[in-house]
Amino acid sequence: MAYLELDRVAKQFGAQTVVDDFSLSVGKGEFISFLGPSGCGKTTTLQMIAGFLDPTRGAIRLESRDLAAIPPARRGLGIVFQSYALFPHMTAAENVAFGLEMRKVPRGERAERVRAALAMVGLAGYEDRHPRRMSGGQQQRVALARALVIKPNVLLLDEPLSNLDAKLREEMQIELRQIQRTIGTTTILVTHDQNEAMSLSDRIVVMSQGRIEQIGTPQETYEKPASAFVSQFLGKTNDFPGTIDRVVSPTQLVAGSWRAPAPAGLGGQVTVSVRPERIGFGETGLSAKIITRVFQGNHWLFQCDSECGPAIVIRQNDGKPQPAEGDAVRLTWRPEDMSVRAGASA
Amino acid sequence: MSMAADERNGRAPWALAAPALMLFVGVLLIPLAMTVMLSFHDWGQYKGIEPVFILKNWREIATDPYYAEMFGRTFRIAILTTLLTALLGAPEAYILNRMDGRWKSFFLLIILGPLLISVVARTLGWALLFGGNNGLVNKLLMSAGVIRFPIPFMFTETGMVIALAHVMMPFMVLSVWAALQRLDPQIENAAMSLGAGPITTIRRIIMPQIMPGVLSGAIIVFSLSASAFATPAIIGGRRLKVAATLAYDEFLNTLNWPLGAAVATLLLVALVLIVVGSNALIERRYAEVFR
Ligand SMILES: Nc1ncnc2c1ncn2[C@@H]1O[C@H](COP(=O)(O)OP(=O)(O)O)[C@@H](O)[C@H]1O
Ligand SMILES: [Mg+2]
Repeated sequence: MAYLELDRVAKQFGAQTVVDDFSLSVGKGEFISFLGPSGCGKTTTLQMIAGFLDPTRGAIRLESRDLAAIPPARRGLGIVFQSYALFPHMTAAENVAFGLEMRKVPRGERAERVRAALAMVGLAGYEDRHPRRMSGGQQQRVALARALVIKPNVLLLDEPLSNLDAKLREEMQIELRQIQRTIGTTTILVTHDQNEAMSLSDRIVVMSQGRIEQIGTPQETYEKPASAFVSQFLGKTNDFPGTIDRVVSPTQLVAGSWRAPAPAGLGGQVTVSVRPERIGFGETGLSAKIITRVFQGNHWLFQCDSECGPAIVIRQNDGKPQPAEGDAVRLTWRPEDMSVRAGASA
Repeated sequence: MSMAADERNGRAPWALAAPALMLFVGVLLIPLAMTVMLSFHDWGQYKGIEPVFILKNWREIATDPYYAEMFGRTFRIAILTTLLTALLGAPEAYILNRMDGRWKSFFLLIILGPLLISVVARTLGWALLFGGNNGLVNKLLMSAGVIRFPIPFMFTETGMVIALAHVMMPFMVLSVWAALQRLDPQIENAAMSLGAGPITTIRRIIMPQIMPGVLSGAIIVFSLSASAFATPAIIGGRRLKVAATLAYDEFLNTLNWPLGAAVATLLLVALVLIVVGSNALIERRYAEVFR
């Protein structure tokens, strides 16, 4: 049964529709990411769940209870803001204790829980530091501890790692995932970073211009993108124009000189989408010429000019000889490694 | 690197700063020093100013309770004005900050209004509105039967405090406004999400963070009010003097320049001490918020 449910939620600012027809049900303990480019309405959706914004249409339910009439202060959600929004006049411990104070937790228990929360995020010994005397990563941890110490129903994270440098971000991703696994809090993470969404979440909600493009596990969204937008946004991809030929029998999918049995339910113009690491060099297939070859340590990156337009190919560096720049090659892939969509590619 | 080059490097900042420095010395330090010197000179009804070094003026100020009363009133008025502007100005800035763009600029203009109008026109306006039996407000209130006798405004400390608070309000509002701009825009949402109601959020989260703004506004308002001349002169007239109008009268009416200089010097020194002292206190107290 759904723990948190968004039912056809929409938000308008004046005439501008920022979020539209957003339906999602989140299971207890699930880690969900809202993934999409900047300005697609992720924060707005999160703020509606938090209660800082009222939906124009639709309902948000937590454990089947409509949240509309419940003010943010009584929703019991833990929120980590993009800017962290720590209280600069309070120490780390006071920041973390604030939510417990509001809940009238007795002093002794409060101190114990604050200590435990700071220890959990790796900040034992930093109790008396003020936020402005801490690094970005440390502030981020205080914000996380402050949100978690109140044992929230749902943890909402709005691009919590976007202000950190790449190395620290990776460390925090791992840590965030471990903490979430340990305490099992239902979590919604907003991010525009596809790697972050893929490495952390149970399911990803891919958004574009206020609408849901696809909801699925990281593998599903990566390997079976529901739209051109999803396949482009989740990593590099090759979109080849193809046709389904129903004259021959069995029906065939044809892209240049590459052909395979046609998938059911489609006809005419289609787009064949293949990830670069799923393409190999073979005897038959799409004829192409290698334009550039870049060595990247554990893999090779080829940019090719194929009969169906530009193509990128990534090959593991397995020690075997690789084609050189200017070589004519044939690009091939297994039918199960592609996704086929109706219509010509954009 | 030769010695000459080093020397030239050392001198360059001084050379560049020289014009500003000369202006500073010429128009501020020299007159100030002359005023301090003047306060030690002697003065007689018939002999005029005598350039000697005596403590007569200072002794007179220290012993005559008249001066204590003057300075007491000056600082009382300044403190009350500061309190009034803080009490009204801080909430005003907070509300203003939450308004929509268009209303925000409109009301900001209204708040800045007093600064754009000549102090004389503004204070005379106050006098017409509240002054004596013929003041508009008193007339209205009396004809409405709310009061039987006119509320005194002219020549009262209350009147001075109200008129001064009106002029000083922009300084307080702008100072608090600046502090509000430094707040994280999500800070109230953060407090709310942790379970704090609106009152708690203002008291525990907003107030401590804008306090430095309120206090620096208070320092400006206090020092400007304590040394204000035009408003006390018009509202208080000759009957209700403060330090600034007293010094003025000594200079221009009694012609006892040395005594006037002593009053002015004392006012200046007292203000500098208060401002520097409270500034240091505030910076120490709010080190974390200022960083
Ligand atoms: N309070 C608001 N008033 C008007 N427009 C807004 C407001 N908040 C957000 N928007 C608009 O809504 C869109 C989505 O914003 P947001 O949810 O912050 O995007 P994201 O978090 O995905 O980057 C943006 O085009 C933004 O300009
Ligand atoms: Mg955002």
